[in-house]
Amino acid sequence: MGDFLMPSLGADMEHGKIVEWLVKPGDYVRRGDLVAVVDTDKTVMDVESFQEGVVADLLVDIGETVPVGTPLARITATPAEVGAPGEAPLPRPATPAALGEAPAPAAEKPAAGPATVAGAPASEAREAAPEAPPPSASAAAPPVAPPVRHLAHRLGVDTGRIHGTGRGGAVTRADVEHAAAARPVARVRSSPRARRLAADLGIELSALSGTGPEGAVTVTDVQQAAARQAEATPPASARREVPPPAEAAGPAAVPFPAEAAAPSPSPAETAGTPPEAAGRVASLRRAIGSLMSRSKKTIPHYYLSTTLDLRAAVGWMQSVNAQRPVAARLVPSALLLKATALAAMDVPEINGFYEDGAHRPSATVHLGVAVALRRGGLVAPALHNAQTLPVDELMEQLRDLVGRARAGRLQRAEMADPTLTVTNLGDLGVDSVFGVIYPPQVAMVGFGRVLDQPWAENGMLGVRPAVVATLSADHRVSDGLRGARFLARIDELLQKPEDL
Amino acid sequence: MNEQDARAAVRAALGKVAPDVDLDDVDGGARLRQDLELDSLDFLRLVQTIDTATGVDIPERDYPAVATVDGLVNYLAAHG
Repeated sequence: MGDFLMPSLGADMEHGKIVEWLVKPGDYVRRGDLVAVVDTDKTVMDVESFQEGVVADLLVDIGETVPVGTPLARITATPAEVGAPGEAPLPRPATPAALGEAPAPAAEKPAAGPATVAGAPASEAREAAPEAPPPSASAAAPPVAPPVRHLAHRLGVDTGRIHGTGRGGAVTRADVEHAAAARPVARVRSSPRARRLAADLGIELSALSGTGPEGAVTVTDVQQAAARQAEATPPASARREVPPPAEAAGPAAVPFPAEAAAPSPSPAETAGTPPEAAGRVASLRRAIGSLMSRSKKTIPHYYLSTTLDLRAAVGWMQSVNAQRPVAARLVPSALLLKATALAAMDVPEINGFYEDGAHRPSATVHLGVAVALRRGGLVAPALHNAQTLPVDELMEQLRDLVGRARAGRLQRAEMADPTLTVTNLGDLGVDSVFGVIYPPQVAMVGFGRVLDQPWAENGMLGVRPAVVATLSADHRVSDGLRGARFLARIDELLQKPEDL
Repeated sequence: MNEQDARAAVRAALGKVAPDVDLDDVDGGARLRQDLELDSLDFLRLVQTIDTATGVDIPERDYPAVATVDGLVNYLAAHG
């Protein structure tokens, strides 16, 4: 119970604008459910609720800009408090264990409550859960117009259970909306965004085994289902139980489906073009300016550079790509990022945060990737646990992340918690780039342009693809020796690209 | 595919990858990477978008031939 506040989505954020509400009064939200889309100076982000309850009131209108910490919505504990005509007390689903590997939690879900077979047409529900009592009403189902049925499907309402008020007992849009509002808690647990995505992709929520808190179906689950990657379950530790930004290694960002299956419909679906592009660029400039000023004022940078021999890596990549359709091809950046993440595990002094006068190393690498926005400015969202990702997976996530960053649809956790950032300006033609560290991080890695270069070895001169790697690191945390070790480690790893 | 269809396909694909670029304002010799500022991921997405829309899969070894707007249009016209 309490207020949902404008969250801080980065060290430099002072205020945010509500661009879209993903919930409405009467909606039941759980911790981790996405509730609003917030426009910061840098980008547009989905933000999630840190509490559970029923949305009583939206306090800020769409389009309003408010300081961090401003109450945005009031969330109360039970539907009764807001006078919603909920016929059931807050049901705990019978299957909180649905989180893990239980392969067929769908079969148990109906046990949670009489009205739980959300939105599943009777036949599908029976298929998913043989022991579910067949909804008796469905035999004499009232007429339902296709658009209304579609709406019912989106809202997770079983039209067979609704008493139609239209002509001849027909179920109307209003009936469906009433039914949805009347039992906001009796659905498969899921975020509004997950439901919308599921409806768009034609995925049946009740058939999914959710990985969110208490089995809630997340956007990721839906995307995974869409990509038919049923076996890829994120580790339980990646659950979004813990709200502090640095720890919230949100699973939402982890396994994304191949773009081949569906070119990420989520980012673009509602974003639209932000109205005042010029104003946005100006405020983005200011935000970058103040963060970089702080970095240069407080962090004693030192800089190193080395030239990486990419003959093995590029050769391997080309031979792999030649066998693949374009959707599955790799770019050199994917190899460079993976090698960087692995090297960071070996040299922890360049990974993590500097806070309260001390370095707090990170046990994992959330690799920030600086993405230039076409309208100007840049953002650096994170690839979570990059050191654990197979190269193909990292490549997919990179494409997804960059695509969403450009479309302005990043998630809060992705913006808030990189432990090390890479800038890849070389892609656009410079030989090397020495980055400015994003506080509170302790290092920034830069890659220049991948270029054929004359290369002397064993008294012979040849031509090889190579790239200049740079390290900007915090002298309070590491010295040049460790920094050099880090860059050398990247080079070593790239000599065996097939092992990355 | 004739040149007109090829140009339309390039326009549509560029519209997705780089919506700020108006093909009418761009010289045919403009380089996709340097002049239109597509990075390697943008370029890959462009190739993928074109593949999906036209069925022309441009292999990596042909990338140099499609480095400019005209190069890409001509390639599609020849292979589509």
